[in-house]
Amino acid sequence: MPGRAQIQFLPDGRRLHMNDGPIDLIVEAFGSPDQVRIAYDTASARFEHVLDELCAELTLLRRPPSGEERPTGAVAQRMFDAVSRYYPQTFITLMAAVAGAVADEILQVMTSAATLEKAYVNDGGDIAIHLGPGQQFVVGMVERPDRPSLFGTATISSDQPVRGIATSGWRGRSFSLGIADAVTVLADAASMADAAATLIANAVDLPGHSGIERVRACDLAPDSDLGERLVTQGVGPLTDKEMDTALSAGEKFARSLLPQGLIRAAALHLQGQTRVVSDTLQLGTPPVFTTEKGLVHA
Amino acid sequence: MPDDDAIRCDACPVLCYIKPGRLGSCDRYGNQDGKLVRIEPHVVLDRAKSRGETIVPFLERDREWDGNIVSGQETFVTAIGAGTTYPDYKPAPFIISSEIKGVDMVTVVTEGIFSYCGVKLKIDTDRFLGSEQNTVRAQGEPVGHVTTSEYGSQMLSLGGVRHLTGGSRHEGTVTCQTLLDLSNGKSVELAVDQGATVVVQAGKPPVVDGLLEQRMRVGCGSATIGMFAKQWFGKVDEVVVVDDHITGVLSEHQAGKLLGVPETGIKMKGRRSTPGRYFKVAEPGTAWGGTNIHDPLTILAPFDPKEAWPGLRLLMVSTTGEHSAYFELDESLKPIQRELPTALQGSVARIKENCEPALCTVLFMGGAGGSLRAGVTENPVRLTRSVRDALTRVTCGGAPVYLWPGGGITFMVDVTRMPENAFGYVPTPALVAPIEFTLELRDYAELGGYVDHVRSLASINADDGRRRVSARQDNPWPLAPTKTSETT
Repeated sequence: MPGRAQIQFLPDGRRLHMNDGPIDLIVEAFGSPDQVRIAYDTASARFEHVLDELCAELTLLRRPPSGEERPTGAVAQRMFDAVSRYYPQTFITLMAAVAGAVADEILQVMTSAATLEKAYVNDGGDIAIHLGPGQQFVVGMVERPDRPSLFGTATISSDQPVRGIATSGWRGRSFSLGIADAVTVLADAASMADAAATLIANAVDLPGHSGIERVRACDLAPDSDLGERLVTQGVGPLTDKEMDTALSAGEKFARSLLPQGLIRAAALHLQGQTRVVSDTLQLGTPPVFTTEKGLVHA
Repeated sequence: MPDDDAIRCDACPVLCYIKPGRLGSCDRYGNQDGKLVRIEPHVVLDRAKSRGETIVPFLERDREWDGNIVSGQETFVTAIGAGTTYPDYKPAPFIISSEIKGVDMVTVVTEGIFSYCGVKLKIDTDRFLGSEQNTVRAQGEPVGHVTTSEYGSQMLSLGGVRHLTGGSRHEGTVTCQTLLDLSNGKSVELAVDQGATVVVQAGKPPVVDGLLEQRMRVGCGSATIGMFAKQWFGKVDEVVVVDDHITGVLSEHQAGKLLGVPETGIKMKGRRSTPGRYFKVAEPGTAWGGTNIHDPLTILAPFDPKEAWPGLRLLMVSTTGEHSAYFELDESLKPIQRELPTALQGSVARIKENCEPALCTVLFMGGAGGSLRAGVTENPVRLTRSVRDALTRVTCGGAPVYLWPGGGITFMVDVTRMPENAFGYVPTPALVAPIEFTLELRDYAELGGYVDHVRSLASINADDGRRRVSARQDNPWPLAPTKTSETT
């Protein structure tokens, strides 16, 4: 709704902060001042309607994708496309891609309206990026959203297909069915990365383990799209073998997504351990993820 | 939804159902003991070029935005959302240093929990709200009382520890909610025992018994005579300015005498104070000049036939110019209402023009107690002394405060000068208000401050949950020098 959304520059005068209800974006465009200006104006005008469009079909968005009921909103269609490749083999609702889809939508209106060197839309950690020829972004990775500190970076350049980054984990803002602290995914769009990160984080799991606190999603949030599914609320200390088992389950699922191009790379984190999978064919041999300790090998 | 303990948040169209102790999908609104509360991110005040607004919306910025990067010292960390350590004697949540003109400044940022606090409400109206000492109620619960009237305004004193914690649980909750709403700039309906019902909101005109108050009176009736006597002279024979406090009569008033206005034989009801000034011409009310008068002639006794004459021209007007009537005496010396002559319309309009817009102003008043001060220094009384000696500047959400002389740190702040939703509450019930102490690092060390807890401004400049708002241009910048003149 025009007027409800808050849109203002951050004090650095470069990045634009947009907020409306649960949607919180940091937007930055690089290019000539007039093109950046056009991009920001276009993004702002589009942003003011996004939440209302989503809420208009919220009931549908909280359900798994169904070929009989395709949503009508532009953002919702991005969500639908991002999650429909997984269902019905794996449980997923359209909401699994909401943050990434909003980022993709805002980035797309910016790059359609203006010629930019590069740009990004960061929707609470789910990021859509635009890279002109020869451009690159270095993206910092955070293991524990509740204790932000960079543990590594991912470098994305224009010759790679990656245009979206997303992170999911049980400590994040959304509920997770798994126990990963964070799964960071690089994919061709933010909505795709968002959906994949959600599912890979769900797959990092130790079913039936007594040290994991699980609660029905509906007991925490009555209108959760996860209904009576058990979501992770606490993970006790795990043995090396347990971590290995959980990470291997997640890694196996992540690898299955590579050949279909659903993801380009993923970094899985659990209690200090990290696993990386990546599409070396598309990304080249140098690993995209690096940590302070050195390169993380795929 | 089947959950009876979940509440529905209507802050945005997502309309989350939120269970007790949980947050909505935005992480900003939560269910606290069955109530929807806003969990504010920590507010960082930016000394950006504010354009008279609390927050500068991107789309309304100047066309010629210069893209200037705002440097570190242009940011002031407010205590809004900083959290508090009460009741523990621990260092305040944030002790921030920022270098100002070569001097290391320290701002100790905390949120105080105030059960000794209240709101002083100034309501610009001459309409009768209620007698002094009468109880003021919100939702039927006593939350304060009527205190002394001031010139053109009625004052209410709301809150205080007696209503917050000394009465019933419900009285405390309603009092807390009333103070919170008023302090956060929301509108509140108050009812005065044996008086009026008034809707008040900081910075907005009051609504008294359903009527929107437009203007303050220009002065009492007598003062109005003094101000306008010259403009009336020669155009009208007699003027009565109707006022709840002092009704003025031109021909008897000193101002009329000086101009040589002849006696008119007018006879006023009420009690004569000094020549041309009458108390209690009527009961207080919400009609003419704050009285209960709807027909102004009811305050006049018959004219004295020895002095009055047929055709005598009489203007009756209220102290705000909102009510006026013009009469001429007939053969039997009875006032007959006629159309207001053009020559007098100007003076009535002038009275109106000189009446300032009626507003409600809300001053939050609280006292910083021992434990809050202990968050600043290991020796709390030294903070008090430092504040007294003007070495330490106290601000409330970055807004200037008036510090009461005497013991303790008791302050008042105009809530309209603070960032929005600066206040919170705890279920005690008590209000949570931001308070910042700014002083030189050297002075901070001297008064026993937690120097090892000082963090640089840069270290909290990240976007981790902080809300940045533009500083208001009419507020002095909290970090501006205090001891030297700012005009140098």
